[in-house]
Amino acid sequence: MKRDNNAKRGSNAKRFVLKGGTIVDSRGERRAEVAIEGGVVVEVGEALSGDAIDAGGAVIAPGFVDLHAHLREPGKEEAETIETGSRAGAKGGYTALVAMPNTDPPQDSVAVVDFVREQGRRAGLVEVVPSGCITLGRQGEALAPMAELAAAGVRIFTDDGNGVQDELLMRRAMEYGRGLDVTLAQHCEVATLTKGAVMNECQCCTTLGLPGWPAVAEELMVFRDIELARITGARVHFLHLSTARSVDLVRAAKRDGLPITAEVTPHHLSLDETRLMSFDTVYKVNPPLRSPRDIAALRKGVLDGTIDALATDHAPHPRRDKELSLDQAPPGMLGLETALGVALGVLEIDLPHLVRIMSINPARIAGIEARHGRDIEPGAPANLVVFDPNITWQVAPDELASKSRNTPFVGMTLRGRVRHTIFGGDFTVLDGEAQR
Amino acid sequence: MSTMVMSADDVRRAVTRIAHEILERQRGGSRLALVGLQRGGAWLADMLGDTLNAIEPAAHVPVGYIDVSMHRDDISLRPVIPGAISRIDFAVDGTTLVLVDDVLYTGRTVRAALEGVNTYGRPRAVQLAVLVDRGHRELPIRPDYVGKNIPTQVSDDVRATAEGVVITKATS
Amino acid sequence: MKHLRSIPELGADGLTRLLELTNHMVEVNRRPVPKVPALRGRTVVSLFFEDSTRTRLSFETAAKRLSADTMTFSVSTSSVNKGESLRDTVETITDMGVDAFVVRHKSAGIPWQISDWTTAAVVNAGDGWHQHPTQALVDCFTVREARGCERFDGLTLTIVGDIKHSRVARSNIAAFSMLGAQIVLVAPPTLLPPDVAHWPVTVSHSLDDVVGRTDILYMLRLQSERMSQGHVPNLREYSERFGLDARRLAMLPSDAVVMHPGPMNRGVEMLIDPSALPNSLIHRQVANGVSVRMAVLFDLLAGESSAGNLREVAP
Repeated sequence: MKRDNNAKRGSNAKRFVLKGGTIVDSRGERRAEVAIEGGVVVEVGEALSGDAIDAGGAVIAPGFVDLHAHLREPGKEEAETIETGSRAGAKGGYTALVAMPNTDPPQDSVAVVDFVREQGRRAGLVEVVPSGCITLGRQGEALAPMAELAAAGVRIFTDDGNGVQDELLMRRAMEYGRGLDVTLAQHCEVATLTKGAVMNECQCCTTLGLPGWPAVAEELMVFRDIELARITGARVHFLHLSTARSVDLVRAAKRDGLPITAEVTPHHLSLDETRLMSFDTVYKVNPPLRSPRDIAALRKGVLDGTIDALATDHAPHPRRDKELSLDQAPPGMLGLETALGVALGVLEIDLPHLVRIMSINPARIAGIEARHGRDIEPGAPANLVVFDPNITWQVAPDELASKSRNTPFVGMTLRGRVRHTIFGGDFTVLDGEAQR
Repeated sequence: MSTMVMSADDVRRAVTRIAHEILERQRGGSRLALVGLQRGGAWLADMLGDTLNAIEPAAHVPVGYIDVSMHRDDISLRPVIPGAISRIDFAVDGTTLVLVDDVLYTGRTVRAALEGVNTYGRPRAVQLAVLVDRGHRELPIRPDYVGKNIPTQVSDDVRATAEGVVITKATS
Repeated sequence: MKHLRSIPELGADGLTRLLELTNHMVEVNRRPVPKVPALRGRTVVSLFFEDSTRTRLSFETAAKRLSADTMTFSVSTSSVNKGESLRDTVETITDMGVDAFVVRHKSAGIPWQISDWTTAAVVNAGDGWHQHPTQALVDCFTVREARGCERFDGLTLTIVGDIKHSRVARSNIAAFSMLGAQIVLVAPPTLLPPDVAHWPVTVSHSLDDVVGRTDILYMLRLQSERMSQGHVPNLREYSERFGLDARRLAMLPSDAVVMHPGPMNRGVEMLIDPSALPNSLIHRQVANGVSVRMAVLFDLLAGESSAGNLREVAP
C-alpha cells in the first residue's frame, strides 16, 4: 500500500485516488476508483492517476451524518467537547453531526449557535450542524427566536431531552416553522407519564421495582404531532423512536403522505430491557431500552423504509455521573464510534440501504444535502467514508476518542469498521487512526 | 482400613467407670451437671447422665448440650450443623459442670465450649470427660476423665458411637 | 454466599439454610449473656441513605451480639443529589477495612452497584421498591415458628395493600413461594405493578372476597403520599376497602395469623388496636429480626469460606 505523506497530512491541493473499493451511494453499488483533489471528487473511473490510497475490498460511501449527537459544549466539557465529539464522529465514519441543543447555555440564541458552529470549524474534523431549541431554554413555555436562528443557518429545531408538552405551543411552533422551511424534531415523551421512570414498563420493571416508562408516553406524542403536522403542514422528524406502535403510527402517517421522518438509535435496535437486570447505569437511556418485540418492529421499520435514519443519540457522561444510583444517574450512552458496527451486526440490510439511513436520508433531514450524503461523482464535496463491512472487531475502551466511556458495547463483537474518513478532502481517519 | 478399637461393651464399661470417678471426685459437694458438645458429645452426655442418675438417683444430674460453632476460632473449617442447637435449660451458676465429648483431639472444640459455657453463667468448676483421647493437642487442655487413650496418626479418622469406636486409616 | 442482595439470588437452598441458622441465633439470644465471639475482629458498616432506625438498630444489635465492630454512615439523599459519587464513598469506606456493608437506599439496584466497587460483603437492607431480603427471612421464620412447620405447602399468604411500591412484598412473594405457599395479592389496580401476570400469585381487588380463605394475612403500610400521587382518591376510601377492621377480622379463619412489617398506619390499613388481635405475629416479627440478621451476618462473615457456614452433617 502506497501512502503519501501529504495526503495523510490532508493537504487539499494534493490529488489522491481511492483504489480497490466499491462505491455505494443512492445510485447503488459499482466498482470504481475515486480521485479527490482540492476538497472535491474530481474523477470516478478506472486506473486513475494520483497517490493511491488503499480501499481494497472496502465500501466507499458518502460520509455518515448523525442527526443526534450530544457534544456537551458549552457547559459540560467534562463529558465531551466539540473537538473530542467530532473526533469520535470521524472515527465512526461521520462527516457531519447535528449538535443537540441541550447545552448550557442552551442553543436558543444566535450567539450560542454560532459558538457551536465555530468550535466545530476550529476542530475541523466534521461539519458540526447546530440544532436550535424550539422553546426558550427548552422549558416548553415560550418559542425560541426561530426565525432569527433560521436566518443564522439553523435548519432543524428540537428541545431534545424534553418533549414539547403543551399542544398549543407545539402547534404554533409547527405553523411558525413551516413558514421558515425548517424541520421540527420531537423528543416524544409525555412527561407526566414518565415521572421518575428509569426503564421500560414491563415484566422486568415489575420484578426489579424500578419505575416504568410506558410505551404509550412516547406513542401519545407521536400521534399528537402526526395530527398537528396534518393540520399545519410542518415537516416533523421523530427522534429516537423506541416502540412498535410508534413505528406503526409513522408508517400510517407516511402512507397519508405527511412530511414525517423518523430515526432510531443503534442501541434501541440491539439491546433490550432485560439489560437493566444488572442494575448497570450504562443501560439507562431515554427513551428506555424496550422489549424484544419492539426491537423486532424497529428493525422491520428500518428495513421497510418507515424509519429514515439511524441516529446515535451519542450522550457522553463522565464516570462520576454514571456512578450514581439508577434513579439519579443521567440517561444516555455513547454511540458515534460504534453505530456502524452495531447496525451491521443486527440489521439484515443491504449496503445501499445502510448508506441511505446513515448518510443520504439524515443529510436531507438536517438540510445539509448540498454537502453531505451526495452521490460520488465529479464535483461532489469530498465528504466520504471508506469502511470494511465484514470485519468483526471488539470495542476497546482505551481506544475510544470520546472523552467519556459510557458505552455498553465494550467487549461485544461488532461487524463493520471504518477504514478511512475524508472530510472536505482531508483524511480525518486513515487506516482506522484519527489523524488529528 | 477400619479397626474397631472399642466394642459396644467397652464403651458401656468406660462410661460406667467414668460415672463412678465423677461421683467419687464430687464427694457430695456442689450440684453436678453435664453438658455434651454438639454433636458427638450429645449421645455420650445422655448415656453418662443416665448412668449417673442410676447409680445415685438423688443427684438429679441435668444434661444440656452446647453448639460451640459460634465460639470457634476455626469456624470456616467446622460448619454449623443444622439442628445441633445449644440447649442448657438449667442454671449453670455454682455447678460442677462436666463437659462431655466423644473424641478429644486438638482441644479447640473444648476451648470454644469453655467460652460458650460462660454465656450461660458461672459454674463453680468445669471438668472434661471424653470417651477417647487420640492425642495431637494444639492447646493446653487435659481431660479429667478418659474412657481410653488411643494413639493415632493425624490422618486417621476416629468415629465414636454407642456401638463402638472405629479408626479408619487414610489410604494413601 | 458472598452477598445477600435479593431472595431470588439467595435461592431456596440459601433461604432454608439461613432459616435453620436462625434457630441457632434464637438460642444465643435466650442466653443470660446473649453474645458470642463468632465475628470478633470483623467490621460491619451500616450505609443508610434512607432513614430506618428500626432496621439499622436490628442489624447493629445483630452485629454486636456476634462481637463484630460496627460503624454507621448515615447519608441523607440530598448529599447524593449534590453529585457525590456513590462509588467514591464506598471505596473510601472499603479502604478503612470493612467486611460487610449493610445498605439501604431509595433506588433499586444499589446493592448490586456497590458490590462492584468493594471486596466486602453486601447486605441489602432495602433497595427502593425492589427487595428487602432480611424482612422476608424474618417473616418466613416467624411463620415457621408460629405454625411449627418448615414448609408452607397448602398455606395461603394474602398480601394486602401497596404492592407496587413494596420491597417487602417483592421479597416475600419470592420467599413464601419458594417454601410452597400460595400467594394472593389484594390491592386496587393502581397499587399493583404493571405486569404481575408472570408472578406466581393470584390477584384480587376485594379483601372481603379472600379474607375468609387466608392463613397468613399480611397487611402492608400505605404511605399517605400515595394519595397525592393519585394512586387512591383518599385514605378513607382505601381503609374501607382494604383496611383490617373488626368485621374482616371476624371473617378470618380462627387459626389464621396477622402480620405487618411496620411501621403501622393505625386508622389506615389497621383499623383495630393491633394489641387486640388474637393471632398477631407482629411482635414476633420484630423480636425475630435480630436473630435473622445475626444468621445473615454469621453466614456471610464467619470464617474465610466463601461458601455457607451451615452444611449438612459430614457423612
